[in-house]
Amino acid sequence: MFQAVRGTPQEDVVVIGSGAGGGTVAHVLTGLGIKVTLLEAGPMLNPARDYKEHKTPADYAHRGAGEHAESYFGRKDFGFFGAPNGYWEMDDEPYTTAPGTRFRWFRSRIVGGRTNHYGRISLRFADYDFKPYSTDGLGTDWPLTYDDIAPYYDKAERFIGICGTREGIRSAPDGQFLPAPALRVHEVLVQKACGRLNIPCIPSRMAILTKPQNGRPACHYCGECGRGCITASNYSSSQVQIFPAMKTGLLTVIPNAMARELITGEDGRVKAVSYVDKATRTEKQIRCRVAVVAASACESARLLLNSKSPRHPNGLANSSGVVGRYLTDTVGYGVSGTVPALEGMLKHDTDGYAGGHVYMPWWGLDRKNKDFPRGYHIEVGGGYDMPMVGSFAGVCRSHEGYGASLKKTVLEGYGCSVSFAGRGEMIPNEDSYCEIDPHVVDKWGIPVLRFNFKWSENELKMVRHMHDTFASIIETMGGRVSGPRQLESEARSISTPGAIIHELGTVRMGDDPSKSALNKYCQGHECRNLFVADAAPFLTNPDKNPTLTICAMAWRTSEYIAESMRKGEL
Amino acid sequence: MDGTRREWLRNAAIAASLGQLNAEEMQHVHQQAAKEKQAAGAYNPKALNEHEWKTVARLADLIIPPEGSEPGGAGAGAPEYIDLLCSGSEEMSRIWLGGLAWLDAESRRRFDAAFIEAKAARQTELLDLIAYRKNDTPELGPGIRFFDWARRMVVDAYFTSPAGVKAVGYKGNVGQAQFQVPKEALDYAIARSPFRGER
Repeated sequence: MFQAVRGTPQEDVVVIGSGAGGGTVAHVLTGLGIKVTLLEAGPMLNPARDYKEHKTPADYAHRGAGEHAESYFGRKDFGFFGAPNGYWEMDDEPYTTAPGTRFRWFRSRIVGGRTNHYGRISLRFADYDFKPYSTDGLGTDWPLTYDDIAPYYDKAERFIGICGTREGIRSAPDGQFLPAPALRVHEVLVQKACGRLNIPCIPSRMAILTKPQNGRPACHYCGECGRGCITASNYSSSQVQIFPAMKTGLLTVIPNAMARELITGEDGRVKAVSYVDKATRTEKQIRCRVAVVAASACESARLLLNSKSPRHPNGLANSSGVVGRYLTDTVGYGVSGTVPALEGMLKHDTDGYAGGHVYMPWWGLDRKNKDFPRGYHIEVGGGYDMPMVGSFAGVCRSHEGYGASLKKTVLEGYGCSVSFAGRGEMIPNEDSYCEIDPHVVDKWGIPVLRFNFKWSENELKMVRHMHDTFASIIETMGGRVSGPRQLESEARSISTPGAIIHELGTVRMGDDPSKSALNKYCQGHECRNLFVADAAPFLTNPDKNPTLTICAMAWRTSEYIAESMRKGEL
Repeated sequence: MDGTRREWLRNAAIAASLGQLNAEEMQHVHQQAAKEKQAAGAYNPKALNEHEWKTVARLADLIIPPEGSEPGGAGAGAPEYIDLLCSGSEEMSRIWLGGLAWLDAESRRRFDAAFIEAKAARQTELLDLIAYRKNDTPELGPGIRFFDWARRMVVDAYFTSPAGVKAVGYKGNVGQAQFQVPKEALDYAIARSPFRGER
């Protein structure tokens, strides 16, 4: 059995989770002189040891397939070369799905969380993204506006370092940008094709330093950001926020600490966080003045739902019953094609930073005749990528055969493909939510989540539009679509729910305590020293990756916490 | 991680900030790794017996043939790669051991000789059948499924080897102070694209 350890001294602020939200809270609060203790469910990160940034497959006998041939049989993690400890499946910490639901829940267990390997795409939400109901009658307006959050986007961008260009496009608000690098050859062709199709195609906005900043060197363009960056030239909360905050002496990080429950006092406020020390399987408690939950949207909902008490019988901050509800993920769909103009081109280093140097923000705001609400952005892939296990599996499948002609086909096709990935907005619906599974606990004895999820017609129709758009771009470049020219089935083509790893909305904010868990500062309506600092409070999941907004919102919440503590309100 | 690599990484941050990272420094990491591997000596198969090993080597060179002094699938390390993954995965081991046994049985039935003992023309005669899904019948089905694995894994092993990386012409994984695109490449692609002549 677990042994409870009590009587520890009270800490000022206890933060649960060390990703974009928890890292930002730790950075901002310690910067304001406040003591923070950070609980992370995984181990400490050591970039020099854990990142495989400059390695190649040939450096390993298993070439990156994994010693147990994981690459061939479906991986539970993010790939051998990926930054550490991100998992699609964890044996010790399962989750379940309701009958008829498919859902993939990606979790990271290491200091820095998913910021160690995320795509670094850093897009501001637009003004209308905060007012969806006012704009088209769907969803729920945020209890704040773009103007409320804009100063925090500025602060986050200046500190993290975002490259990009000012374009004056409403769906892609400009920010504080470092210079953008040159475009790759295929990206120039994509941009020209988009010009003909009246689709904006602009330099991507990425959390990558193109100039040295705050002691971090500029990007050296090795193209492997997803493996983690040893020089910290891209943003990860571990290297950019948490390690520097530890040096102030005000931040204590407790790794391998799996939060079980927030314990409330008679006044209904959080008085302690109960967690499991995974190394010893001992239950410990840490007393706190303020608790900030930033464990990732679904994990944060799980913690609140598991924090039941006579005063909070439905879980903490959940008398409204919204905790776990309104779960969304980004709509994902992709098409690739071959481009004859690229065949036989001089081979050169196209690494750049990982991901497209251009992207297409949504261009259909004023269109009245489309059959789906909201929109999507487009990400672009291509170039002479490092050959990896699986790089030519598609050629093997389509060419078949063997010998010299197979080799020739691989060589001729290398670097001649472009790919397009749509990332679109899902409207929150009543059928998509997570809840506590009443029958299953994880290895630590903590009840697990059960997922329910449904794409609606809105998202399926958007996928058809994506397909037609990507095919037109490929054909305008003089290329050929790989696979069927016409989309055969929206339902079979749309991404598996959860797979884009933008799940959010499960602890929603709002002005009305009967319909929301948190107020406009992400503070519990019914528990004033509880804050949520990940994407759980978000009311929309627009066609803009959530990380930058998590940082900006967490920054704003942190300043509010500091001010409230100063005034003696917390 | 050896001391040299650790030292290199320490210097990388400084070098990158000064725009001094270059190809030689980056490649140093990989040369070190290659030296270590060489020092480890010859590979001893862990999962395949001698006959199976020779069969895999032959298949590897049929799938990616050697060209002049350039190695084919076998010289690029496909047998080592396949043996290692078979030793680490029951599932992979079943695919390969079962597939190789099927190949020999089919070769004996047709040519009265195990696959590697059959004449080269006989070997390709059999592969010409199992290398294509269109030949899928109850008789050839297991061979077609096995050859799918063999082709894919030999291609993986070859193109992730130094010879394969050289053959495709991958130039990356080097540090650059600025990301640059050769004008020659850009001009070439535009001249061949529908945007030829545009500003």
